[in-house]
Formats: sequence, structure tokens, C-alpha cells
Amino acid sequence: MSDLTLKNPMPSLDPKVRVHNFDEVALGYQAETAIKEAQRCLNCKHHPCVSKCPVGIAIPDFIAKIAKGEFEEAYKIIERASSLAAVCGRVCPQERQCESVCARGIKGESVGIGYLERFVADYHLKNLKNQVKKEMPGAKKVAVVGSGPAGLSCAGELAKRGYAVTVFEALHKAGGVLTYGIPEFRLPKSIVQSTVSQLENMGVTFKTNFVVGKTLPVDQLFEKGYQAVFIGTGAGLPIFMGIPGEALCGVYSANEYLTRINLMKAYQEDSKTPIQRGGTVAVVGGGNVAMDAARCALRLGAKKVYILYRRSEKELPARAEEVHHAKQEGIQFEFMCNPVEIIGDSNLNVTAIKCQKTELSQPDESGRRRPVPIEGSEYEIEVNAVIMALGTSPNPLIHRTTTGLDCDNRGRIIVTGNTTATTKKGVFAGGDTVTGAATVILAMGAGKQAAAEIDEYLSK
Amino acid sequence: MYKIVFKQKLNDLVTKIGVAAPEIASAAKAGQFVILRPFDDSERIPLTVHDCDADNGTVFVIYQKMGRTTMELDTLNEGESLCDIVGPLGNPTVTHGFKKVAVVGGGVGCAIAFPVAKDLKKNGAQVTCITGFRSSDLVILEKEFSQISDSFYLMTDDGSAGEHGLVTNKLEELILSGEKFDEVIAIGPIIMMKFVCELTKKYGVKTIISMNSIMVDGTGMCGGCRLTVDGETKFACVDGPDFDGHKVDFDECMRRSTFYKDFETREREKACRLLEGKI
Repeated sequence: MSDLTLKNPMPSLDPKVRVHNFDEVALGYQAETAIKEAQRCLNCKHHPCVSKCPVGIAIPDFIAKIAKGEFEEAYKIIERASSLAAVCGRVCPQERQCESVCARGIKGESVGIGYLERFVADYHLKNLKNQVKKEMPGAKKVAVVGSGPAGLSCAGELAKRGYAVTVFEALHKAGGVLTYGIPEFRLPKSIVQSTVSQLENMGVTFKTNFVVGKTLPVDQLFEKGYQAVFIGTGAGLPIFMGIPGEALCGVYSANEYLTRINLMKAYQEDSKTPIQRGGTVAVVGGGNVAMDAARCALRLGAKKVYILYRRSEKELPARAEEVHHAKQEGIQFEFMCNPVEIIGDSNLNVTAIKCQKTELSQPDESGRRRPVPIEGSEYEIEVNAVIMALGTSPNPLIHRTTTGLDCDNRGRIIVTGNTTATTKKGVFAGGDTVTGAATVILAMGAGKQAAAEIDEYLSK
Repeated sequence: MYKIVFKQKLNDLVTKIGVAAPEIASAAKAGQFVILRPFDDSERIPLTVHDCDADNGTVFVIYQKMGRTTMELDTLNEGESLCDIVGPLGNPTVTHGFKKVAVVGGGVGCAIAFPVAKDLKKNGAQVTCITGFRSSDLVILEKEFSQISDSFYLMTDDGSAGEHGLVTNKLEELILSGEKFDEVIAIGPIIMMKFVCELTKKYGVKTIISMNSIMVDGTGMCGGCRLTVDGETKFACVDGPDFDGHKVDFDECMRRSTFYKDFETREREKACRLLEGKI
């Protein structure tokens, strides 16, 4: 009998091997392990896990189905609340959500809810029969702007409610950050594309290479017969530190670095997309994007990769599993470290980054203790590339080209109270474009909420 | 897929194509650009819109065979299709409210300067155009410019066509002869725009330049196209591509534009071997 206080471990690729490829690191449970893990669920009366899930998945119910070996049934339960199970099972910060309140976690490790969600979703995708694309004659038309997590979940939910949805995507491939941002080794692109195909089968139309606000403004979408518009344009302009040397060759925003690797396939050796490989790389920031960039750099042949973070390990905003994997792979963390200058040679290529040590003082408005630089503590780290993973400010394209759509002073679209309704009639918004950079699941939750509100708006 | 409905070689290196993209053709204005990919494994490259035929849904761009992607693009013939094209991106050039403007184009930058000059003329400005090329075999759009300009000057570095000299020589000559321009618009290689700006700064003539930066998405996501304008970080794709030339840090732009030079040279050689069977 195995120890029921411990989670069944997730099988994963050997760190020594995986740093040389972009294969998925976490391999997923086998059916037998999934059943064993599902049996650890105590099915407690108050099911606290559900209340901590941003989309309210009936977690104990789907786990009970897994325990009985009814995997497709389990999927159906998740599907009621989420159209992106295969994605969320991989990228949600479960340790801060559902798993943080699991009763099993009081005297041991929580149930592996994320691992189980992923297992069920993968099972469903693997056993998917050829579906016939659903037609939507006479249905009301809704436009969804952006095909990232917010847009996909909004589109899925609206399709379920019988609307004819068109998703507009600026890039040549759908998926938003799931496609251009999160690397293959953490979220295989085949999973993202299956998710998109599933939505197509539900009757959703995807229009890539279409920049709403440029190719056609929001106002004209209404003239084209769309009765409501959801804006899920996500993260926008990368934030830089404003320190000297950020224009040197070898300084990237994480967005650019990851887009070159993921969307433009620079991770394939014969790729035509230029990217700096090898050398020593410093990534500035402590979120999931920083972890992704650092681990990509390693896989592109960097000899050494640093993560420079201005607070301590405890404040790292990244998912626990990403930090764990990054450490296993040999990423070197420099905590309490604040870059002050990037130094270049006469050809203006990066040669070093100058940092200052910090100490933590009182908590700031984010609730995290504020880092204060220590005078005279400057030191240099020799690097050939610097990747800035400091977050983004919302994309300005939509609000600059839409009348009556208000934004706050940081460019985020303003919504009314706890709703997704914007200041413009018939226009709803959710995800990073409203909240600023956050997580996939929060964006998904907002997309889902918007679908319900659009349904209500159009049913009046 | 986006069909190429028109293809015309303007000289050995420069070609004009028309692409069926009705939505872009109705939306694009002078100064805006598109991003395209010839094939599914190609890079995304920004190219400025040369002209649009909204009635027939055609977008025209002019490209110079320089790197791998433009060489790939050049293998496609009329009737074949581009994998992707998206746009119009960037902000249109301001072309109204002027009395007298000098439009300065360098090399393939003339492809972009032309619609700007045409719009200025249409909006009532008196337009002086100065175009510059290395030599006669690289000259493009000579007839087109002469038709829409009030005065037109063609310059070549070696004197093999038009007048012998640089665009800056002609511009300075005109300014010194008493021509009063409300504005100069310069579009071409960074080095040319830099020298035009140094000149116009001296004479206090406002100058707008159009940046053609390295970029990936073109919609304000990657940040690759950043440049410093008046000490602030700006993004060519959403804040530009036009900027006040007297405030742009051109030296920084120049070094950023050469970041991938080695990689590009290698890719270009590969493409030459593969696509043209030479080198």
C-alpha cells in the first residue's frame, strides 16, 4: 500500500537530457496512477477546492469519475466549466488555487488536481472521434478579439450557448500567449491546436492575420452585423527597466525572445528565424515568463543562465513547479538583485550586467515586501544576452481606435464593477487587457464570465 | 492564402507585387505597412504599403531582394499565393495641412515615399520630391514621381542618372536658394535619414522620418522595434513608424538594425544556393 499522505509523483524527463531538447518535461499520469491519485480524494463535504477554482470546476465530481475509471465522464464534468482543460492542467498555479485548500494538504500533500485534470483532458483528446463541424444558421453573431485564453474560453462558452462566434487573431496562428509565449516543453503546441480545433468543431470561426483596430475598427464590427464584441487582446507592450544599455544588441523583451522561439520556431535547428544562441544569459524577473525564457535559453545552448530577481525566493511569483524544474535544470537564481546598467563592447554587443544588492522593507501595494537597493553593493555579471521579463502594459491598438472605450491611466480597459462590461455599449473585455499581466486561468475565467454576460445582454 | 495578382520587376533587385487582400486594401493609408510571410516556414517581414486598389481589393508592395525572406518572396509568381499577410499596421503619415513639403526618398524607400507624396499633393500641398540611388540601374518610380511632384529631382551617387550627388546636396541647395518647406519627410536607409535630419536641424526645418525596424508581430507585443526618441523608449509598430527625425537616436537604430547581420548573411547565402543556384 502506498503512502496516502503523498501525491503520486508526476513522471518527468531527466533534467540532464531535457535541457538539450524542447520535449514536454512533465509526462503525465498513466491510467493506473491517475486512478490511484483520484482515490486519495476525501470527497470532503465543503469541497473547498471548488471555491478556489477561478472557473468553478466541480473538482470532487470529476475526480470521483476518474477513481471509477470513467475518464470520458470525468472530462464531461470539467468541460461544463472549462473549454481549456488540457491547457489549464499544465499551466494553472494549482498550489495557490484548488490544491492550496485541499483537506489532504493539512497532513501531507494535496491531491494532484492539476495532474488529474491534465490526465483527463489528454485522454479525451487522444480518444477524440472525427467530429463534424457544427453549422450555426441564423444564430446571433459575436466577435471575439484575440485568441488567447480569454478569447478561447469566451468563444467556447458562447458557442455552447448557440451563438455564431468569430475569433479575430492578429498573428498567423491562433492561441495567443499559449502559442507565442508558453514554450513547447511546458505546453506542446499540438495541445493548443487541438483545443482550437475542438472550438472549430463547436462552430467557432477563426480569422487569423486580422488586427481589430487596424484591419477593421471595433465600431465597424457592429456595422458588419456583430451584435456584441469581446476584447481579450491580452498583454501588450513589454516593460523595460529604463536603465542604460537596454538598446544594446543582445537585449530582448521576453515577449520577443519567446515569440521567436515558439511562434517562429527558432527552437528548431534549421529555423530561418534569427535568435542569439549559446553564451551566458541573464533573465530579469521572477514570474512564469522569466522561468520560460531562462529554460529556453538553456535549451538553445547557453552555458549558463541566471535569473535576477529583486526580492527573495519566497516572493517569486512563478508557479512552484516551474521554479522547481528551473532549479533542477541548473538555472542559477540571484535573489535580492536589481540590475542598474547593461554594459556593452565597442560593437555595442552586451558583455555584462551591473546589479545592486537589495534588502526588503515594508510591504507595498501588492502586499509583497518592497526591495530597497543597498548603496555601494554594485557588482557585475558577465553575460552575452539579457532578457527582460518584467511584464507588459496593455496593447494600445484597440482603445486608440475605438470611440467611447475608456481606459485607466495605465492603459487598461475599464469595466463596470465586477462585470466585464466596458464603457461602450455591446463591448465586453477581460483578461490581461483589463487586469494587467496575470494568469491563463484568470483570463479564462474572465472570458467565461463575459460569455454569460454577453448572452444576457443579447437575450434582453 | 493571399493570391499575387500582379508582379512587375522594376530593376534587377526591386520588384512590385499586388496581393489580393481586400480588407487591407480598403483600410491602408500612406505610410502604413503590412507584415507578410511567403511560405509557412518563412520569417515575418514588414513591408510598407506602396499603393492600394480598394475597388479590386489589391495591396501593392515593393521589395528589394536583400535577405532570405525577400528572396523567397521573389520565387512566387503571379497566380501563386503568399502564406500570410496582415495589416495595415502602424499609423498613417500625416499628409494634410501643409503648404509646401519636400519628400526625400532613398533607394527602395522611394516605394513608400511615393504614396506619401501623392497624398500630400492630393491634400493641396506643393510637393518637391528628391529621390536618390546609387546608380542608374537601381532607379525606380522616376515617371511616377515626376507626374505627381511640383518639382522633382533625381540624384545618383555616381551621376549615371539624373544629377550627380546625394539627396542632401539637393535639399541643401533648395533650402539655400530660398525654398521654404513646412516640413521635410525623409524615407530611406537609416544613414540617409540621419544625414537629412542633421541638415534640416541646421536650417530649422521640421523633419519626419519613417522607421523600418526589426520586428516580429508588428502589433505592439514583441518590443523588437523599440527606439529612443527624445530620450524615451518608443515602438515603431504602434507609436510610429513616423517620428520627429530631430529627436531620434539614429546611431542606436543603426546598431540595432545590424543585430542579426551574421545570421542574415548566412541565411542569404543558403537561400542563394537553394533558390538561385549561385554563389
